[in-house]
Amino acid sequence: MSTGWTIFISVLVIGNLIGVMWLLLATSSKKKTESSGPTIDGIESTGHVWDGISELNHPLPKWWFNMFILTTIFAAVYMYLYPALGNVEGSLKWTQLNQLEEQMEANRMDRAAYFSQFEGMELTAMQGNENAMTTGSRLFANYCSACHGSDAKGSKGFPNLTDGDWLYGNSEAMITHSILNGRQGVMPAYEQILTTTQIKEVSQYVLSLSGQQTNDALAESGKATFDMQCAACHGMGGEGNQMLGAPTLADNIWLYGGLVRDIEATVTLGRSGKMPAQSKLLSPEEARVLAAYLLSKAN
Amino acid sequence: MNHQIIEKNTALMGVLIALVISVAGMAEIVPLMFQTQTTEPSPGVRPYNAVELTGRDVYIREGCYNCHSQMVRPFADEVLRYGAASVAGESVYDRPFQWGSKRTGPDLARVGGRYSDEWHRIHLINPRDLVPESNMPGFPWLLTGTIDGEHLQTKMRALRMLGHPYTDEEISGAPAQVANVTEMDALIAYLQVLGTMWEGQ
Repeated sequence: MSTGWTIFISVLVIGNLIGVMWLLLATSSKKKTESSGPTIDGIESTGHVWDGISELNHPLPKWWFNMFILTTIFAAVYMYLYPALGNVEGSLKWTQLNQLEEQMEANRMDRAAYFSQFEGMELTAMQGNENAMTTGSRLFANYCSACHGSDAKGSKGFPNLTDGDWLYGNSEAMITHSILNGRQGVMPAYEQILTTTQIKEVSQYVLSLSGQQTNDALAESGKATFDMQCAACHGMGGEGNQMLGAPTLADNIWLYGGLVRDIEATVTLGRSGKMPAQSKLLSPEEARVLAAYLLSKAN
Repeated sequence: MNHQIIEKNTALMGVLIALVISVAGMAEIVPLMFQTQTTEPSPGVRPYNAVELTGRDVYIREGCYNCHSQMVRPFADEVLRYGAASVAGESVYDRPFQWGSKRTGPDLARVGGRYSDEWHRIHLINPRDLVPESNMPGFPWLLTGTIDGEHLQTKMRALRMLGHPYTDEEISGAPAQVANVTEMDALIAYLQVLGTMWEGQ
């Protein structure tokens, strides 16, 4: 803020304070003025009479007067300690950003101290640790539950984390990578590549992989298409591929629904699943605790 | 006594009252209108594009601000939950800004990128499909809401008069940009850009 504005603000603020003090002291003085009226009931009047009613010259109540003086003193002290006048620093050198930095630093220290207890601890050991599980459940509620549900069971398009079916694997490295860096799952659309009949057939074949009731004739003829188009990612037997995040198709767990029409829609239009990266909000230590918590939910 | 002059002259008293009550505003508000910190965009902050701008108007029309604020205050608990504290230069292209002071729902100042587009779509149609505990209303009609490209151009021209640096090409191309866009798409585009522009965070 420029010096000009600092002067502008200072003149207004200090001038205003002096002004109200002057007003207070000037009007509370007891000096007799020419227009003072007669004394009524022992109290001097101002001489103003409206419709026969006289205005008495009562002094301001003492408690009110003193309170006013005190607030003015408070204002002066405040202006000295804190930045109140443009770019004039207060004697405490307080700023909102400094205060935030101090709070954040204190929080970093607290967290470092707290999370040090999990340092070097295996995720399996953490699952039996009450602190880790409490912290994990709170982190989950805040950062994960909006998509994966407060019970971690997910919903259509948002993976269930309790079923033990891991799209990208359940190792510590994979889970923390998913949490911190996010994932982008892509199932391409086959609308332009396969005919409607082929899509119907291959969908039946996909259902047969997990032993569902299917139209066997259609499923049979869908196998060739599956081997050609789908097996590259999902595997010949539909066992999936965690390197690619390609779901297992042989386990009757469905991210986008397991009805014939769901599968046909998936094949026709493709799917795009996005797990947003949390690295801006979560530290690697927090991600480890969260991973242990998720493993405990999946067991 | 002198105060009779003021008491018996209403016009003079009116002027003096106006002066006295505007002292605080003059000291606290007026200088801010001339600070680069508040009038210049922070690094990376750009005007909303045609789709985002439309989404912003949908946000305002549906009253999202009644429950959602858009300002991460400079306190550790807020920064930990939402992300970097908001700065004034992030709001220079918000007319009016959506800072708000009512949080029935969470703050949205840094919601951009936090959820997927698909999440927002399902959530805006019926929040309880994803968050069973939610008390946010659904906004399914946004799916069929279309956008008037010509009206959008008028808005962009008005904003340009106020200093938003829209080019002629951006304004002439706006109707094409929103031709196949629903209000739902526009609102999601707006939500996804919220809080992501500023490079200093």
